[in-house]
Amino acid sequence: MPLAASEQAPLVDGLFNMMITLATGLFILVQGALIIAAFRFRQRPGDDTDGPSIHGNIPLEILWTAIPAVMIMVVGVYSFEVYNTMGGLDIMGGHDHGSSHQAHKMRGAAIALESKPNSQTSGKIAQNADPAPDTAPTADLVVNVTGLQFAWVFNYPKSGVSASELHVPLGKKVQLLINASDVIHAFWVPQFRIKQDAIPGRESQMQFTASIPGEYPIICAELCGAYHGAMKTRVIVQSPEEFNTWVAEQLESEEEDEEVALNPQEKSATEFLAPYSQEMAVSADILAQLPHPEHSGHHH
Amino acid sequence: MTTTVEIQTKANQATYDQAPLFRSWRDYFTFSTDHKVIAIQYLVTSFTFYLIGGLIAALMRTELATPESDFVSRELYNGLLTVHGTVMIFLWIVPAGAGLANYLIPLMVGAKDMAFPKLNAVAFWLIPIGGALLMASFFFETPQAGWTSYPPLSTLNAKLGQIIWVGSVLILGTSSIVGAINFFVTIIKMRIPGMGLNQMPLFCWAMLSTSGLVLIGTPVLAGALILLTFDLIAGTSFFNPTGGGDPIVYQHLFWFYSHPAVYIMILPLFGAISEIIPVHARKPIFGYRAIAYSSLAISFLGLIVWAHHMFTSGTPPWLRMFFMIATMIIAVPTGIKVFSWTATLWRGKLRLNSAMLFAIGFVSMFVIGGLSGIMLASVPFDIHVHDTYFVVAHMHYVLFGGSVFGLYSALYHWFPKMTGRMTNEFWGKVHFGLTLVGFNLTFLPMHEAGLLGMNRRVAEYDPSLTFLNQLATVGSYLLAVSTIPFIINAIWSWHYGPLAGNNPWQGLTLEWITPSPPPAENFEGEPVLGVGPYDYGVTESPFLEKLKDVVSGLTEKGVAFSEVQAIDLSAKTKTALLDPQPPNE
Repeated sequence: MPLAASEQAPLVDGLFNMMITLATGLFILVQGALIIAAFRFRQRPGDDTDGPSIHGNIPLEILWTAIPAVMIMVVGVYSFEVYNTMGGLDIMGGHDHGSSHQAHKMRGAAIALESKPNSQTSGKIAQNADPAPDTAPTADLVVNVTGLQFAWVFNYPKSGVSASELHVPLGKKVQLLINASDVIHAFWVPQFRIKQDAIPGRESQMQFTASIPGEYPIICAELCGAYHGAMKTRVIVQSPEEFNTWVAEQLESEEEDEEVALNPQEKSATEFLAPYSQEMAVSADILAQLPHPEHSGHHH
Repeated sequence: MTTTVEIQTKANQATYDQAPLFRSWRDYFTFSTDHKVIAIQYLVTSFTFYLIGGLIAALMRTELATPESDFVSRELYNGLLTVHGTVMIFLWIVPAGAGLANYLIPLMVGAKDMAFPKLNAVAFWLIPIGGALLMASFFFETPQAGWTSYPPLSTLNAKLGQIIWVGSVLILGTSSIVGAINFFVTIIKMRIPGMGLNQMPLFCWAMLSTSGLVLIGTPVLAGALILLTFDLIAGTSFFNPTGGGDPIVYQHLFWFYSHPAVYIMILPLFGAISEIIPVHARKPIFGYRAIAYSSLAISFLGLIVWAHHMFTSGTPPWLRMFFMIATMIIAVPTGIKVFSWTATLWRGKLRLNSAMLFAIGFVSMFVIGGLSGIMLASVPFDIHVHDTYFVVAHMHYVLFGGSVFGLYSALYHWFPKMTGRMTNEFWGKVHFGLTLVGFNLTFLPMHEAGLLGMNRRVAEYDPSLTFLNQLATVGSYLLAVSTIPFIINAIWSWHYGPLAGNNPWQGLTLEWITPSPPPAENFEGEPVLGVGPYDYGVTESPFLEKLKDVVSGLTEKGVAFSEVQAIDLSAKTKTALLDPQPPNE
């Protein structure tokens, strides 16, 4: 696993470590039995007789049905908890909220059995279960993300800044509202362990809190055309002060440009990208396909 | 002491004594309705496409030997990955499974042919047509949206190639549906009277489950592809958001087929392995009913897990949880199979020949793919690795380590039946060794690459991942080399291999009582089950005792019709049955 640079990442890594441990154990068990059998029970020269006529063993069969069943229950409950703690159940629209709480309650008994990971996370679960309505207000920073062949555009609605790299303040809860203007893309930051498809005509949401300053790659993970592999940019995690400085600089440079009298947020993606189209290998045709801001997204 | 193999032979002496039918190579280029000819047409055609798909994979791995995009153009690379996936799924593993089923089902259930022989031939001949169409795309424009062909990408880029792709997949899907109808009806209606569902060889159970999935899933894919075609050529907006359509609907329809498709690709091999392991372990299959019913369970569960391919597609959270749990539950019936195979090997007298080595290899490699599959079912982990090389690795452990190892095992096991000649064991083992090493060298590093941040379907990648990719590239070349001993062995043995005789492996299923290769109508009269399909090591046969009673009861009145049918034996067999020598001696 790469560096874990968000508050969500260690949770995923804990889950991964637990699953890989279980999986390795099971693999060694089966592989060991196969290899021992291949040596110990191979046919002896000259022995053409059959082996013992054993057709089955019900208790043994029940045992090896039950053990995987228990294991997947443990993995399932743990995965559910991690997902909940990451905020996975809180995003995506209000009508889903009730059902997720119900599911949580129903699983209560099983959770109690499987204590360790939960005891670490229970505090955060409580926070998440707060009245907090599902969308924006809980986040410290909201960024609109648009994927297009073959670049990402980041709009900061509060400050009006637009950028081709994502700057986020350290330790603040960031909410991304993700959209695409042509085909499906996927926003992935391996160091944050988060990924969300950017789907044209739909707004997807994702939350994270960066925990280590630095620069990390943003990778498009959904095949989106010839230059899919080159559709990369960076997320820059900086201290809140540095972040504010950056925002101010961006605003300044945009004001200096006299042509840009209007708020960049009101520019359509087409206008915003036109100057960059050459270097990003984006044709005018594709730019023309971009939906106008009034019509884009937001109907879900 | 009489063995169960001898009992099975004696009970079917007339069939056993027929002359084998060695066919001319010309027969395989005709519109034959003989299921055995059609089966070999399927197997040889699909293996040819496997070589094409493998060549494409080698080209892709060559591109990926360096982090830069420097071997083929980016457009061609996307074309290669699309055609590679489509060929390997629709032109290799699915039709190769159908080929095995064609060969084995009538022989195993004691039928003279499939239920609908002409339909069977039609199903086969659709394969080369669909395949040729897909290959033709290289001369016009390759489809470039991946084998998943998600819109809007598939409706915006490389439209001509996309139309060719849709046409090809529709033809191949039709072939699959037609074949499944035939398998289903043959298994249900054409078993010999003495064979109830629970006396069927497990391969038939597996094909019953597979055919059910094909019949439920494939029409849904066809529907999605037809709507996609309208979007492509008629300008409709079923999946186009700018016209009010929804690209996610396509994903649901696509995966409603394409997740079950992985079971369509693995279940026939589960069945084949359940046949191969008992024969070469000389031991009954462990837990017949558990294996048989777990195939049905996998089929059912396989139909309700499709959206685990869409955990990052904006699927509602509660639905993600449902699909996560449903997916994980599949581990239970699959685990039952793996443990049962292992228990079958335990305390057996293993003949470690090429077929058995590939069968054991199948179980080992499939376990790795199965375990990474459970990990992928876990939503928080999947969100990190979805659409990365971790998924590529997982899928190849299941479909190559699983299906392809299984197919090789099946080919070595039934080659003597199909051709009447034995393969060379030494080169078979060399083939196994090279395949095992090449396979793991290619696909094991991909897990790590995916975890570290390598997305799939890219012609270029971060230079820090170069070493892992070079390992995979070397492995893929080794895999390419590994097929050479197999091809030479198969061709040489087909012509010059030592004659196999009816039953070189001492198997108990009914295909082994016929000559190798079997004559046109397989059996002389209706075969009978002297013993069950897995009664290895059984020293007494109550069934044979009963048969004897029925034969002597023939002189009396009031014998049930089915029993008379079952005892419709030649004079020769009757003599054998009434042989004063009791089987217990």
